[in-house]
Amino acid sequence: MTSPEICVTVDGRPRRLPAGATVLRLVEDLTGAALTDSGVPADGRRLGVAVAVAGEVVPRGAWSAHVLSDGAVVDVVTAAQGG
Amino acid sequence: MNDSILSLPDTAERLVIDGVALDSRLIMGTGGATSLASLEAALVASGTELTTVALRRYSAHGSGIFELLTRLGIRALPNTAGCYTARDAVLTARLAREALETNWIKLEVIADEDTLLPDPLELFSAAETLVADGFTVFAYTNDDPALARRLEDAGVAVVMPAGSPIGTGLGILNPHNIETIAARTSVPVILDAGVGTASHAALAMELGCDAVLLASAVTRAHRPALMAAAMADAVRAGRAARLAGRIPERSLALASSPGEGLIEALEAPGGATSVDTLLGVHGEGLR
Repeated sequence: MTSPEICVTVDGRPRRLPAGATVLRLVEDLTGAALTDSGVPADGRRLGVAVAVAGEVVPRGAWSAHVLSDGAVVDVVTAAQGG
Repeated sequence: MNDSILSLPDTAERLVIDGVALDSRLIMGTGGATSLASLEAALVASGTELTTVALRRYSAHGSGIFELLTRLGIRALPNTAGCYTARDAVLTARLAREALETNWIKLEVIADEDTLLPDPLELFSAAETLVADGFTVFAYTNDDPALARRLEDAGVAVVMPAGSPIGTGLGILNPHNIETIAARTSVPVILDAGVGTASHAALAMELGCDAVLLASAVTRAHRPALMAAAMADAVRAGRAARLAGRIPERSLALASSPGEGLIEALEAPGGATSVDTLLGVHGEGLR
């Protein structure tokens, strides 16, 4: 029987998600932005966010197809002041 | 400033990187600013068209820096600041490309936190990987002409030697090496790190650098926007001086006034000059 929830690590912290959640769903949860299936904000703005799962970049175009597995380690990054 | 002089064809020549022409040769960093408002004022005063940002974990509060640069029409140059290994730097670069939709990356691979100087081996390894992966690499490097040459051969788009360690404000500790790198490198050379005040930025340009990148000197100045304006002037002045062709250094003085037609004072009786006589130096009243 499939567990209804999975636990993933997002930016070093545990986070519960419904089983079958995609990267797209996670990014929408985090940013509050509504995204199209191609991973861009529905309002046409630039999101400025990138995602890596297990140390590999997941391109935004692949977010909607990438289903997170239990225990996945996810990094979500954006621009910050520096340099 | 005389705009007609500074718009001569060579002084007005724009810096071209990867086919992108930049009018301003001052590249700004965004680290160290106390607020977004003061950063915005400084960026505007600097006239910069290219500004570095770091890449960090997403925060719901957001830093607002990406939005600020977008609003000001300033191109973002993501960096790999904080990376100590080629592996981390490559991942950070790939995330930056995805997040900011640019192939440009300022590659920083740091050796240790006391000096923040580049680790040459990790830097070179990361540069090779990123060039092969299609990035336009701005390589933050030591002031080492040999390493600069190796990086250029590896295909980086820009060589960025440090004047002195990041944040020290010590200026250019080895001007000879910086001049050598600028002279021997065919891709643009941007002086990066260590600038403390305007004269350092001017010197970098006088030594032949194509541009200057600085952050702390402005963001941590008492009046950031004023320092940013000073840096913009210094970069322009240094470049103009470089193009103007400075005089050679000499060990002894060389008079700038002509030696002919000099007025010589007449020798007065008793050895006093006529000027002394006129001034009454030998007069009774003064002795």
